[in-house]
Amino acid sequence: MGIITSISTWLIPCFILIVLSVATWKRVPTYEMFVEGGKDGVKMAFSLLPFLVGMIVSISILRSSGALEAFINLISPILVMVGIPPEIIPLALVRPISGTAALGMTTELIGTHGPDSFIGRLASTMQGSTDTTLYILTVYFGAVGIRRMGYALKVGLLADLVGIIASVIVVTLIFG
Amino acid sequence: MVNLIWAFMAMIGIVYAMFNGTMEEVNKALFESADDAVTLSIGLISILVFWLGIMKVAENAGILRVLTKMFRPLVVKLFPDIPRDHPAMGYILSNFTANIFGLGNAATPMGIKAMQQMKELSGTDTASRSMITFLALNTSSLTIIPTTVIAIRMQYNSISPTEIVGTTIIATLISSLSAIVIDRLFYYSSLRRK
Repeated sequence: MGIITSISTWLIPCFILIVLSVATWKRVPTYEMFVEGGKDGVKMAFSLLPFLVGMIVSISILRSSGALEAFINLISPILVMVGIPPEIIPLALVRPISGTAALGMTTELIGTHGPDSFIGRLASTMQGSTDTTLYILTVYFGAVGIRRMGYALKVGLLADLVGIIASVIVVTLIFG
Repeated sequence: MVNLIWAFMAMIGIVYAMFNGTMEEVNKALFESADDAVTLSIGLISILVFWLGIMKVAENAGILRVLTKMFRPLVVKLFPDIPRDHPAMGYILSNFTANIFGLGNAATPMGIKAMQQMKELSGTDTASRSMITFLALNTSSLTIIPTTVIAIRMQYNSISPTEIVGTTIIATLISSLSAIVIDRLFYYSSLRRK
């Protein structure tokens, strides 16, 4: 853990050091360039805002009404038959839709079952091995103004499904 | 597609709330979540400004070009639509690198920059083949060190907080490889339909 933590903490400052050293050596006007690039960042954040508000509100309506929970209860039996533990199913279904909700569920599962239990390890692996598909598509397509997403959503969700099944198999094989 | 999903999530939620008696919760969540989303976007400003600023310096110093050259053989195979020396390659690689090390904050601005470059290449408002491959890899997660999860495990006094790094790497590898395969399958079947 010591090594991993120090790699993560050293990586960004060292990267900045290298960029600034090389740029200064090549006589790039560093500060002016930084400001110019930063201006894009402001524009980007504001163009993202309506996309995020729209998506997050819609998801929260679904969640707060209880419909999401009902849906999970409805399809749980099918997933249990495939061998996915029932405790983990809400996390598996929420992971591609809402990052904060998934993180909350992972924390809750680790807290209730213990970090070193089977469920705790499975939740940890699942949380780490897939990302929030809907958020990523909203942010990236939204930021550059792509209207038609093509088959992007299908690919993302199918890959999530494979990732979730892979987590269950890998954790079962390694930690049993 | 996204229009349907977006509208249906809200519509199903509201109709369900009518019968479930949770209209009050929905009403509350509606405005609270809008508030949360704005806070999230505003929170993104600092990260976006800082990283896009640094990346602009890196681009001008030629660092992105060096990075692209180093990993070119691999990335050229993944993104056959992007010309070899195009700046999009540099941003894609920076995004992947940041993702692999679990630096989500740095990955997003670089990823958006990569998307902008790819949009310039395609020149339409329809997602291009490279964009979908790029996002498929991003959604399948490339993280090999899940720092947030390790931190949560430490908080709950795990005997070995990092023991899940191994299983996470294997699961990530499987989901990323299948993302590439699924993406290819969809691409070729979309060609056949045309």
